[in-house]
Amino acid sequence: MQLTNRSKQVSNKQMTLAERAYLPAIATGLAITIKHFFAKKVTIQYPEVKRYLGPVFRGRHILKRDAEGRERCTACGLCAVACPAEAISMVASERVKGEENLYREEKYAAVYEVNMLRCIFCGLCEEACPKQAVYLRHDEFVPVFTERDQVIWGKDLLVEDMNNRYTREAWTKEEARALDAKRASGEVTSVVPRAIP
Amino acid sequence: MDLVEFLVKTSTIVAVFGLTLVIAMYSTWAERKVAGFIQDRSGPNRAGWGGLLQPLADAGKMFFKEDFIPALANKWLFIAGPSLAMLTALLASAVIPFGSTFRVAGHEVALQGVESNIGILYVFGVVALGVYGIMVGGWASNNKFSLLGAIRAASQNISYEVAMGLSLIAILMMSSSLSLGEIVAQQHGMNWNIFYQPLGFIIFITCSFAECNRVPFDLPECETELVGGYHTEYGSMKLGFYLFAEYINMFISSAIISVLYFGGYNYPGMDFVYEQLVKSFGTETGHNIATLIGTAVFFGKALFFVFFYMWVRWTIPRFRYDQLMNLGWKKLIPLAIFNIIITGAAVLFLKPVITAWLN
Repeated sequence: MQLTNRSKQVSNKQMTLAERAYLPAIATGLAITIKHFFAKKVTIQYPEVKRYLGPVFRGRHILKRDAEGRERCTACGLCAVACPAEAISMVASERVKGEENLYREEKYAAVYEVNMLRCIFCGLCEEACPKQAVYLRHDEFVPVFTERDQVIWGKDLLVEDMNNRYTREAWTKEEARALDAKRASGEVTSVVPRAIP
Repeated sequence: MDLVEFLVKTSTIVAVFGLTLVIAMYSTWAERKVAGFIQDRSGPNRAGWGGLLQPLADAGKMFFKEDFIPALANKWLFIAGPSLAMLTALLASAVIPFGSTFRVAGHEVALQGVESNIGILYVFGVVALGVYGIMVGGWASNNKFSLLGAIRAASQNISYEVAMGLSLIAILMMSSSLSLGEIVAQQHGMNWNIFYQPLGFIIFITCSFAECNRVPFDLPECETELVGGYHTEYGSMKLGFYLFAEYINMFISSAIISVLYFGGYNYPGMDFVYEQLVKSFGTETGHNIATLIGTAVFFGKALFFVFFYMWVRWTIPRFRYDQLMNLGWKKLIPLAIFNIIITGAAVLFLKPVITAWLN
């Protein structure tokens, strides 16, 4: 069975004088390497330049607010149940009068913590969420931490900033591919990966 | 030798010594940069602009590592190994003519450490000593693999020295002088030896690759067969000196290649440049500036060959040990002898004919 047409017949023929002298072969090799010497480098200078990882990349978590700026999370705990790494924990609390502009439902998460060392970024929490409150951002990573208390992210880091809202460009594989095609053809240029905080 | 001459000479020697070290240091940087560029990467670029502080960082790392001597190693010889390697690598630069002459207060001082009339013999003597650094270090480590690496290095160097010497004899037959200064002076303008000795040049450069233990002849170092090579037991700055000596050797042999085959400080149109400079700056300053231009040309040539070493390193895979020996003894030595015969015949028969025809 032939898989590709690149296969070559092995031959044991006698080498010609030029082949045995080896110098022409070296010259050819030197020409190839010098071509690469002047070629464009493929390196991406990582911390300064970041590559776009696609619209369905699973980065750090975000707790969404609704259009009026109210937290969507109702502390049902389904994300914590779905989490295979048991990285999510929360403390529920009841909304009191006067907090209607802060929380959308009558019950909310007073404490919502994600242990970023346990998290495997599988995205099951975002699938489990009935209130569309938790998402994994496609444009930001969890930055490197140097202290132990930077590992557990509380609501201060997780809740969405209304001045810098998170929108996803594509939701399915098909949409992502369509977006890739648009970007390749130059129709979409507005999507630029944001820098890590 | 009076004071002025002494001062010029001393500053020349110090400058040559310093330059050799700096060039060797930056060769390590250049090697990694060239490697990166050839492999479509950008090489070290974090320490300083374009990674220019990388050699300092490496040296700092080397200095702060534990200076370890194995319990069963011969302590004095273990230290003597890298010292010898450095010593012999640096010695050879003494006789290389880096430029023509400096004129200071009526004195004419050659831009050369020692104006020896047996310069090329001295270079050969020192290069032959170079193998001791490796041999002594490998043997004193009291380790079978180090010893094997050292033996490989020694046999390789001895084999290729023969062909190297033979290819040089052709040059000596043409120049009828052993003095490097004289050999360079004979290649005035564009009258370089490479045009008369292309075969000799190929043999010589192949042998100098082998003498410097560079790819494709870097058999003395081998992780898969020898754990590391002759420097398996070495660490810290002693290892650093071994690696550093390799780069110094590379620069020195590049300098010698450019002296012997590429006219050293000579370049086409040098007479015209010299006349213009003398006319506009006077016989002393003009002469000195012309010399400095020649020196720059010389360093350009030498550095090109350093680049060539690296270029080849990232192009060709290494030879197997039997291939290395076959190439040395069965190909290069007969070729070098053939080259001598051709040169002898040309000097005897062709030269009178051509001179007669030209006159």
